[in-house]
Amino acid sequence: MPEVSQTAAASRTARRSDRDRWWRRMRRDWWIYLFLLPTIVGYGLYTVYPLVASWWYSFLDWPGFAQRGTFIGLENYERLISDELFWNAFTNSFIFLLIGLPLRVGLGLVLAYLLSRKAVKFRTGFRTLFFLPVVTTGAIIGMVYTLVLDSTGPVNRILTGVGILDQPIDFLGDPDTSLFAAIGVWVWKWVGITMIYWLAALQTIPQELYEAAQLDGANAWQEFRRITLPMLVPFLIIITLIDAVAAFNVFDLIQTMTAGGPTFSSEVIEIFIYRTAFETTVPQLGYASAAAVLFGLAAAVIAVVQGLGAAAARKRMVRS
Amino acid sequence: MSLSEPTVRQRPTAAPDTAPPRPRRRPIARRRVTTWLLTAGLTVMCLIWVYPFAWLISASLKTPLELFGKGLNLVPDEPQWENYVRAWTDGGFSTYMVNSIIVTVGSVALVILRSALAGYVLGRFDFVGRKLIIGIMVVTFFLPEGYTIIAVTQITDSMGLLNTHLGMILGLGAGGHVPALLLYAAYFRSLPKELEESAKVDGAGHFRTFFRIMLPLSMPVTATVGLLQFLTAWNAFLLPLVFTLSQPDLRPLAVGMVGFVSQNYTDHTGMAAAAVISLTPLVIVFILLQRHFVNAVAGAVKQ
Repeated sequence: MPEVSQTAAASRTARRSDRDRWWRRMRRDWWIYLFLLPTIVGYGLYTVYPLVASWWYSFLDWPGFAQRGTFIGLENYERLISDELFWNAFTNSFIFLLIGLPLRVGLGLVLAYLLSRKAVKFRTGFRTLFFLPVVTTGAIIGMVYTLVLDSTGPVNRILTGVGILDQPIDFLGDPDTSLFAAIGVWVWKWVGITMIYWLAALQTIPQELYEAAQLDGANAWQEFRRITLPMLVPFLIIITLIDAVAAFNVFDLIQTMTAGGPTFSSEVIEIFIYRTAFETTVPQLGYASAAAVLFGLAAAVIAVVQGLGAAAARKRMVRS
Repeated sequence: MSLSEPTVRQRPTAAPDTAPPRPRRRPIARRRVTTWLLTAGLTVMCLIWVYPFAWLISASLKTPLELFGKGLNLVPDEPQWENYVRAWTDGGFSTYMVNSIIVTVGSVALVILRSALAGYVLGRFDFVGRKLIIGIMVVTFFLPEGYTIIAVTQITDSMGLLNTHLGMILGLGAGGHVPALLLYAAYFRSLPKELEESAKVDGAGHFRTFFRIMLPLSMPVTATVGLLQFLTAWNAFLLPLVFTLSQPDLRPLAVGMVGFVSQNYTDHTGMAAAAVISLTPLVIVFILLQRHFVNAVAGAVKQ
């Protein structure tokens, strides 16, 4: 039947012209892919591949980069779940997050709020000095703090001299205090950047709102409570997310201050991974990868929860 | 030193035609007291923040006896410059400094070139696969370094680049850096379309248009991206540590410091001098470019 063959021919030409169009588009756009090439290759090799490969590695018994791994199924995960040191590191990472994160976000907000008020003197000078630790090298700062917080170091001498302490405390060398001392140093180092985030957030609040509040006779606390805080909620979520990710990247400070010790009291997940993968005579790369996968999952869960929180907050803002 | 306010676009404020009635003010005397109390409180906190740096500089100029024997006086009796000489020559920090500079400069150049090229086409053109690329980047945005390090080491090893400068440059600059790319994309999108058209009329190809017109126009973004990557690369620790485990003379400053401390465990004054050497370039760049630092950081939140 002529009709059928006609439609067949039409669809064939349509397909051909589709392919033609695709080819024409590629011929026109080839340079775009050339521009993207460094990013595609680099990102593929150094970000996407590790993301996928870590899962595969976590099923291997793999005693070193020079050797090939053997597939052992879920054995690494079974071992991890019953490994006390893994849970110790996992718990420490979360203690770090639960204490360090609110301290950093809260203190950053207080500093930013004070330094955004016109009444306070030397605001730019203060800002510069609080920001200074942010630009410094974490690993170097960690080693400097081993001296500063040493039982014969200046902090202990000041505290015993003033009479706050009867006896010097070896902050980083005592298993009861090492993790908390590390958290303190982390907050000291990074609060300046959180402060700048908050300053940027504070500047988005229209000045008229404050003027109107002053007209109504509101005091400083009421202004903060009724205007500043509600306007900052969406930023709170973003800033908390950025800082939470940062709280999982503390290898440099902790490795140089305590290396996870004494007796694993300050060992966070990253130290656990580094120790099992690189610092032993027989590297356990598969085992370390399994720990890394669980760690990455935990980080992803936090990111997703925060993302949902951000979306919810935005929706509420739009409605009100 | 001064740190300027981050420039954040304020919502447009309507110019008042009539002067608003004066807000009721709190008593001036009480306000002044609060002001000074706040300033005093901040000063105390600031002293705590700065003290470790002051102590470090002072320790680097003292004798070991002075450091431990004497009280808390920050001013050394006589500056001991040989602490610096010891760290610089015997401690190997001259080599570490060169390594740090090579790795940092290399990775900054790599990140700028790569992000600018990709940001340009992602920001200004529509093409097959654009959404896929952006999607992958959003998904992998929050990957912690501890997660990727094993695979990154393995891939570097299989390319034969472990224990080389190039390996570290690629490791620090080739992956990640989604924020840099997004900054470029947003900036290039905001430029007028006529730029390419007039370049085309002048007979410039895509590459000439990019390198002669677009890249120079994006200087503000390049400054921001370069600065952030300078910090990242100079301060990097885990990756260069793993990459130079068997090659101490390739170590950058942060990793070199670890070796120095483990070999000269008792040399606290030399260690302090080495720390000052390692941190000085950062502080100099920070003081020179403070405004860019603040804008770069503040930009992250706005996105």
